[in-house]
Amino acid sequence: MIAIGLEGSANKLGVGIISHPSPGKPAQILSNLRHTFVTPPGEGFLPKDTAKHHRSWVVQLVKQAMAEAKVMIKDVDCICYTKGPGMGAPLQSVAVAARMLALLWEKELVGVNHCVGHIEMGREITGADNPVVLYVSGGNTQVIAYAEQRYRIFGEALDIAVGNCLDRFARTLEISNDPAPGYNIEQLAKKGKVLLDLPYAVKGMDCSFAGILSSIDVLAAELKANPETKDPITGEVITTADLCFTLQETIYAMLVEITERAMAHVGSSQVLLVGGVGCNERLQEMMGLMAAGRGGSIFATDERFCIDNGIMIAHAGLRAYETGFRTPLEDSTCTQRFRTDEMFIKWRD
Amino acid sequence: MEIQAAPPAHQAPLSPSPHLLPPIFQSDTAPPQMITQGAEALLYRTTYLLPTLPCALKYRPSKPYRHPILDARLTKHRILSEARVLVKCRREGVPVPAVYAVDEREGWVMLEWVEGEVVRVKVNEWLRRRKELGVAEGVEEEVLKGLMGRIGRAIGRMHGGGGLCMGDLTTSNLMLRPKREDTVNGEGSRNAGDEVLGGEIVLIDFGLASQSSADEDRAVDLYVLERAFGSTHPRAEGLFSELLGAYGTSFKGANVVLKKLEEVRMRGRKRSMLG
Repeated sequence: MIAIGLEGSANKLGVGIISHPSPGKPAQILSNLRHTFVTPPGEGFLPKDTAKHHRSWVVQLVKQAMAEAKVMIKDVDCICYTKGPGMGAPLQSVAVAARMLALLWEKELVGVNHCVGHIEMGREITGADNPVVLYVSGGNTQVIAYAEQRYRIFGEALDIAVGNCLDRFARTLEISNDPAPGYNIEQLAKKGKVLLDLPYAVKGMDCSFAGILSSIDVLAAELKANPETKDPITGEVITTADLCFTLQETIYAMLVEITERAMAHVGSSQVLLVGGVGCNERLQEMMGLMAAGRGGSIFATDERFCIDNGIMIAHAGLRAYETGFRTPLEDSTCTQRFRTDEMFIKWRD
Repeated sequence: MEIQAAPPAHQAPLSPSPHLLPPIFQSDTAPPQMITQGAEALLYRTTYLLPTLPCALKYRPSKPYRHPILDARLTKHRILSEARVLVKCRREGVPVPAVYAVDEREGWVMLEWVEGEVVRVKVNEWLRRRKELGVAEGVEEEVLKGLMGRIGRAIGRMHGGGGLCMGDLTTSNLMLRPKREDTVNGEGSRNAGDEVLGGEIVLIDFGLASQSSADEDRAVDLYVLERAFGSTHPRAEGLFSELLGAYGTSFKGANVVLKKLEEVRMRGRKRSMLG
């Protein structure tokens, strides 16, 4: 069976085409295209402009994806799209595009939970069987484990998401949003050496990033006012790179800690990293060290699958489609609020 | 005392080799026995002063993934605050293990040994037995309700009497210590293995605890437990209101906390905003 997936819950528009050969065989990725709405340094992406970006690119991307996959319209079994969670306006644009394709090609629709898309794609690519999942992106921070047909949320950010914290700090520093603000922070952090004091906010399996963002913003303002400030311990001049280094070391330590706690709680030794922040190499390294200490291993994917993409929506949608799930046209809405544990996972035991 | 993880079945038995204990415990003729690896700490069983006095040794090895400065800061802070909190709880009559000895630089604390099992294991065992016997959900749940009530009151005593918040409240951080007579003639079972849920609640693992009487922190404690309960024992989730009911009557001001809990729940749920 073949499905096309459309994703546009944030600033990435993704179109992917996947094929599920006979059951038990690995899925085949026929095409996986993405176009990102990049804003100038110091600016975030607004829903209105992001929706416009998606509307103007979706037709071209679908045509290109079909051509690259070398499939005919008659080969496609269903059209999968992101039902939520995400930003309202961009979600709507993509849902309308999906409806249009469904009517034009006379195919059935499948609305997919964005987070479940990430998890299912991560499992498919890495072969992780039943891992504890850390889902970290610009809008979500969740520690998830599977139980009784649902992906259950064990821990999450109590205020802003970890990726949002990084994005907003990139705006404070006015560094480039291309290809992604988090990526540029990661590169800067590689040059950092001094660890400054930041709050450390873990509550059980939950964590909080808003206070940390305020603190690092204060540190950035102080640095801007006195560029010659020296670290009292090493005597080295503090740089923006040190700020990025400090921020990464602190927030990733928090993420690894809550993941470890969830692993201990459910007695699992596998951990799967998904979401845009999941392709950060420092986070992967730290998570790997933690997992090794528990006699386990880490599963992560690269930016093709970590960052929002259409193929994951196609994949999770096709899984649901194979179990008989359909989204009738009149119900093909989208929603900003759609918890990971709201979706019934019929395809797993 | 952090009895969190049942070691995964496919894993080799835990060997102490990757985490060497501090020198003071190495020369011992009877080396401490590793019990479990929690998220934060390793738990050993050993003895304190007398070979007949069992004790729990909780050791927080340094975390290789953390920056050394951050690691030292967190380890020291957590060992000390845990010991302080336990001592305070003990004084206020909150059921917790006693503190025998502390070394925050080396990262260990010695605690009273608590017999029994964590609530997570016991509740799952009880649910499984019932499923095997074919007892429907919602039927004869008095025993579980009773347990929820005892948990609620224990938390109430910690919040109200102790002026403390746990920071990490899950069913892995609550122990069920069997009453002495239960251990002797616990064989005479009633229905569906009800004695499984008997015993006294003992709160363990105060690694993230703090001295706080803010309604916010108390409400977050309850929220964290509620969510952990929902994700660990989905089938028993409906009985959480029993726990909250018992909590609500356990100290003056508990009702304000329950109001606050509704606020925290709303906020937590808002997290599904963006993708």
